[in-house]
Amino acid sequence: MSAKPAGRLPITKTPKVYIGGAFVRSESARTYKVSDSSGAFFANMPQCTRKDLRNAVEAAAKAGPGWAKRTPYNRAQILYRLAEMIEARSAELVASLVQFGAREADASKGMSVCVDRLIHYAGWADKYEQLIGSVNPVASAHFNFTVTEPMGIVGVIAPDTPPVVGLLSMIAPVIACGNTVVALASEKVPYPAILLGEMLATSDLPGGVVNILTGFRKELVPTFATHAHIRAIYAAAGDEDRKALRFGAAASVKRVRFVDRDIQWFSDSAQGLGAIRDFVELKTTWHPIGS
Amino acid sequence: MPTTKDTREARGRLIFGDLWEFDPAPETADPKLKPRYDLFIGGKFVRPKTGKYFDSINPGNERKLAEIALAGPSDVDAAYRAAAAAFKGWSVLPGRERGKYLFRIARLLQDRAREFAVAETLDGGKPIKESRDFDVPMAAAHFFYHAGWADKLEYVAPGRTVAPLGVVGQVIPWNFPLLMLAWKLAPALAMGNCVVLKPAETTSITALKLAEILQDAGLPDGVVNFVTGAGETGAAVMGHPGAAKVAFTGSTEVGKAIMRQLAGTDRKMTMELGGKAANIVFDDAPIDQAVEGIVNGIFFNQGHVCCAGSRLLVQESVAARIVSKLKMRIRMLKVGDPLDKNTDLGAINSKAQLATIKRLVASGVREGATMYQPPCELPERGFYFPPTLFTNVTQSHRVAREEIFGPVLSILTFRTVDEAIEKANNTPYGLSAGVWTDKGSRILRMSTELKAGVVWANTFNRFDPSSPFGGYKESGFGREGGRQGLLDYASIK
Repeated sequence: MSAKPAGRLPITKTPKVYIGGAFVRSESARTYKVSDSSGAFFANMPQCTRKDLRNAVEAAAKAGPGWAKRTPYNRAQILYRLAEMIEARSAELVASLVQFGAREADASKGMSVCVDRLIHYAGWADKYEQLIGSVNPVASAHFNFTVTEPMGIVGVIAPDTPPVVGLLSMIAPVIACGNTVVALASEKVPYPAILLGEMLATSDLPGGVVNILTGFRKELVPTFATHAHIRAIYAAAGDEDRKALRFGAAASVKRVRFVDRDIQWFSDSAQGLGAIRDFVELKTTWHPIGS
Repeated sequence: MPTTKDTREARGRLIFGDLWEFDPAPETADPKLKPRYDLFIGGKFVRPKTGKYFDSINPGNERKLAEIALAGPSDVDAAYRAAAAAFKGWSVLPGRERGKYLFRIARLLQDRAREFAVAETLDGGKPIKESRDFDVPMAAAHFFYHAGWADKLEYVAPGRTVAPLGVVGQVIPWNFPLLMLAWKLAPALAMGNCVVLKPAETTSITALKLAEILQDAGLPDGVVNFVTGAGETGAAVMGHPGAAKVAFTGSTEVGKAIMRQLAGTDRKMTMELGGKAANIVFDDAPIDQAVEGIVNGIFFNQGHVCCAGSRLLVQESVAARIVSKLKMRIRMLKVGDPLDKNTDLGAINSKAQLATIKRLVASGVREGATMYQPPCELPERGFYFPPTLFTNVTQSHRVAREEIFGPVLSILTFRTVDEAIEKANNTPYGLSAGVWTDKGSRILRMSTELKAGVVWANTFNRFDPSSPFGGYKESGFGREGGRQGLLDYASIK
């Protein structure tokens, strides 16, 4: 906790996770201690459980149909609004990242990346369809077209570092195409993700579209893998977690995608159409062309 | 004489049942089978290192057709080594040249179409009219379509560069042996990959006949390798460390086992798994067309179709009419010799599959659904099952939940659009669906709400190389066909 200024004891914030548009503690009331880079006590973070994850999935399921039905133009504007929120509060995020050991220049660059990346995906929201979908020239008298559809709930497991750029780079493409997200924040530096949740709450994003948990990967990865209502996994993960996620995903034939091991988070190469393509379904419809 | 509806129907039954007997009309083209088929590795037919062969029988009469080599792990390994060696040259060949090989394969297959159709029907039991008019021409179309992509790959992923993955391991099912092979081979080769493919154990013959075409086409040795055998050979193909990607079409159960088997690897996968498609008929549908579509949806290829319309959802107000028309219609289906050109339903692919169908049908009766089978004489030898309808089916019945993969239709009813959507989506599968209605906006609403990779509106069981095919949920992931399917065989940079 930051040093006590003379004369007045500051009010410190209780970190709460963002589930279903509300800020809540873990249902288990468990917490884990987080210290800043100097080793001083910072706060008790919610140590979310499998039950919290299931609750978040329920919230995401409720929000899903409405979000999927928003027009692409509307989703684009909401992502843009989120960028506005982050731009306006970037000083707070930078300060928080610095407090947990980031260099000021990196933290500040990271915030620019976050904002620009959101704008990038805001722009994609009403364009990817024309690149991924198609009208297909079948050799019979049928009109045949392929459109994309959101998959539903996507489980996002963010990298430990960079905590904000990583998390946001993974969430943005997934929601741009109409999915909802249950995310697990960086285990090492979870607090900036709590701040991000507060920004999501004040953008126009409907509650439940993005849910962010904090806690231990080890405890939550198996449930991410096996929860049948999570239709896809997007994870920054090492060998052991990759195997566990793939193995668990088999029971519900879940799509599993991993962030490239050599990803350059701050580079433009970390964004694009591919991340959207990975989290849409393709539906092909046939209809006879009659007289 | 007054013609009431009843007498018209009665007369219709009389005419089709008694007056118009069909004479046998067997297809007689020579399938040019060899008594024994070896493995196809490195461009040559080679004896299996196991030294073992198994029989491939004709399910239409249970007679032995040929002996097929049983590939063991070291044979699979040899196939992967041949493919890896071939990849060096094949992957850097200009796309234009790769495309020409695929064009050649398409043409050579068209040249020998009737011969392949007869071989397919003998080996798999499907009616000759289907192998002749659908399987073989569609297989050739897949090679022809993908051939044209080979020199246009820069258009497949806008803004990115695509490259081949390496050696691809493929395992295919027995319901469309040659067609599934073409679906898998053509896009993989167009993209510049090499292939190790295992056909289903009961239907290996057309793959090995296609190997002859690959030789005639001058395809470089090792670009395509066929290893034959059963589940153990398949597991060896899927699990081989030399595979950069695996593609599997088959049951959801086996698909899940493969996903677990490969959990510790970074291998790319395409899974084309089971289905339990809803075919939904609204009261404003063109009823006679819908009945034809329902029949085609479930009895095409004896119902051995992963996207078969096996759950019929009929709007309550027209249910009685549709069921009565369906019963009449299936009385006219000819079940019997697959080689007869008039046959509608051929043989069930194997004894094991016939047992599965019988088991699930028995469960339907036991659980209280009402079964209807038209009077029909089945051949004495061979594996046959009559077209079967179940009415009074509830959503919890096994015949409404499990993939039967046979000529068995479960009929449920609904009242509202929302109820139809809910019932249609109430399944872990999501491969295909059908909608029959005259109302355009309703078609688009249904198409939007149905969780399925392919939606047929006022039609059913249509396929095309340019049309992406594949499922949602436990029906798998990845697509086959079109630009989208091609992308699943590419590494995107």
